[in-house]
Amino acid sequence: MAQVNLRNVVKRFGPLQVVHGVDLDINDNEFVVLVGPSGCGKSTTLRMIAGLEAISEGEIAIGDRVVNDLPPRHRNISMVFQNYALYPHMSVRENLGFSLEIAKKPKAEIDKAVDEAAEILSLTDYMDRKPGALSGGQRQRVAMGRAIVRHPDVFLFDEPLSNLDAKLRTQMRTEIKKLHQKVNSTIVYVTHDQVEAMTLADRIVIMRDGYIEQVGTPLEVFEAPANTFVATFIGSPPMNLLTGRVAADMISLEGGLKVAVPDQYRANVSEGQDVVLGFRADNLMPVGHAMPMEGAFAELEMTVNLSEPLGTETLLFTSIADKEIQAKMLNPRPVASGEKLSFQLDLTRCHLFDAETQNSLRSN
Amino acid sequence: MTRFRLPAWFALLLPAIIVLAAVVLIPLVLSLYSSFTSYRLTRPETLYNWIGTFNYEKAAKSAHFWSAFGRTVLLLTIALNLEMLLGLGLALLVNQVTYGQRALRTIMMFPMMFSPLLVGFQFKFIFNDNVGLVNNALQSIGFSNVAIPWLVDGQLAFFSILVAEMWSSTSVFAILILAGLFAVPRDPIEAAKVDGCTPWQSFRHITLPYIMPFIYIALAIRSLDVARAYDIVQIMTNGGPARRTELLWTLIGRTGYVDAKMGYANAMGYISIFLAIGFTIFFFRKLNAARAELGMGG
Ligand SMILES: Nc1ncnc2c1ncn2[C@@H]1O[C@H](COP(=O)(O)OP(=O)(O)OP(=O)(O)O)[C@@H](O)[C@H]1O
Ligand SMILES: [Mg+2]
Repeated sequence: MAQVNLRNVVKRFGPLQVVHGVDLDINDNEFVVLVGPSGCGKSTTLRMIAGLEAISEGEIAIGDRVVNDLPPRHRNISMVFQNYALYPHMSVRENLGFSLEIAKKPKAEIDKAVDEAAEILSLTDYMDRKPGALSGGQRQRVAMGRAIVRHPDVFLFDEPLSNLDAKLRTQMRTEIKKLHQKVNSTIVYVTHDQVEAMTLADRIVIMRDGYIEQVGTPLEVFEAPANTFVATFIGSPPMNLLTGRVAADMISLEGGLKVAVPDQYRANVSEGQDVVLGFRADNLMPVGHAMPMEGAFAELEMTVNLSEPLGTETLLFTSIADKEIQAKMLNPRPVASGEKLSFQLDLTRCHLFDAETQNSLRSN
Repeated sequence: MTRFRLPAWFALLLPAIIVLAAVVLIPLVLSLYSSFTSYRLTRPETLYNWIGTFNYEKAAKSAHFWSAFGRTVLLLTIALNLEMLLGLGLALLVNQVTYGQRALRTIMMFPMMFSPLLVGFQFKFIFNDNVGLVNNALQSIGFSNVAIPWLVDGQLAFFSILVAEMWSSTSVFAILILAGLFAVPRDPIEAAKVDGCTPWQSFRHITLPYIMPFIYIALAIRSLDVARAYDIVQIMTNGGPARRTELLWTLIGRTGYVDAKMGYANAMGYISIFLAIGFTIFFFRKLNAARAELGMGG
């Protein structure tokens, strides 16, 4: 059992710096998900924790040990790779038992651990097959099995589900969640899928271009995004953003629209400040198709460009000043393109960001 | 009357069939036939003197033939093993080099660019007992003060030939194994590191199985090479002195062209070919097994 601490960790490939001083404390038994767009340095960070990539600057500690100079084999970690990285010349059984074999554990103990892992991951029927004769989902489970037989201090997952189809992915997501409750280990999990991040994580770390943008529980990063990047990255559909300027407790938005400064932000804005107003589709609803709103709301009239029926709700695509805005219609009825509708915007659930820094103006 | 026409596929294949017949089939049939005659190059009419399996029986009973056979197998075994180990070592070293690797790979291939005849002459000079490089070097560092008869003593001559063979052909292994190393995926190696392997263990358990097919291909190619070894030995010792370094093909060459006993030479040739075929089959079996092991299909 171990916590993982990253202190000002920097990674350079030659002259190119790709991770810029990451600070992160991961608690014992915590499930932390690193999420961010492609190329933001998630894998690199994970590989530095694993010891597969040298640390250019800073310090990584696992448990109480600084591991900067320890090779992977001395870090007591397990890693599940994006493309499984199974040993093609070994059977499933040998793949699972390999690490214990290398550690020269007694045969009986290896068999027991392997059988146990196979049981948990329902691999018992394939034990004598080679990886080449397995489906993607089965290979994925072997890769996970290989990680859990060792009871490591820390599990590292690098996009383990990205090669699976949607159904299997959902299924394996649940399996991983269960696994975490069963094995009780610290897990660092990399993905670029924000749904995976939201459903699995105790805490989410959102990265961009080698910097950490925000660290928080799934609810925190969803409800209180620290900046516009997090706001648009977390949540689906992405948060709508409109720029505007504060004037006399009102925000004049692009396209000539005016809304009141939401109460919760009133103390933090100054006259003439350039701001970005953010709101999710769930908080912009056509009148008559939502719960009646209490408190502050703004009313606006917009033309629907496109509608996307999802069954219980319909996504409406409209635009303000040529910016695409998405709204949600509950209890949906068919909506034709070009139809004009009245919308209500729930101001109590709006977000306000500084236009210059893109940071949230929320007082915390 | 309908005009006879060749089927199209046959007409199209005909040129190839004619060429193949001329360059492969006819020599093959002719040499096989002549091995059952007392054919001597100096007396062409003996080509029609059928003597049945006499030449084969003669070879089977000949001590010269079997000692040459045994020596060829010995050379093959030792040379292939040593070349494989050296080539593997070389490939692993070059694979570690990041700067200037291209140049190094080219340099590594230099020995393959020389004609074996020249290699033979060069090593004949190097191992010469009077003016040779080796003896001079040994004497000037005071390691020895006699002229070691490198190419005269039977065992030393065998050793010298072995060195020449290895110098000229270790790079075949190095190049092929290096190609194998390039093809080893990075992921399983990293997985092995995380699974607790030392560098040696990851080499032994992961890298080696990946490059085994390449090693077997190199072995198959080189076993054919050595089984028909002729040029280097011919130049360095001419199979001598007194047959002490006689290999199969120096013996066959001498029997056929010097003694002009072509029928007998061809008979020995056909027996020897089984040696080469045997080794090839053996290594290809191994190759397929190694590939199947990696799930590449047999
Ligand atoms: N060996 C390397 N040499 C040079 N640059 C590298 C190397 N490995 C990664 N990079 C660069 O570092 C940056 C971060 O890469 P990384 O693999 O960590 O991204 P990622 O967040 O995992 O992206 P993805 O979601 O696509 O896997 C990228 O810009 C990449 O080009
Ligand atoms: Mg990655």
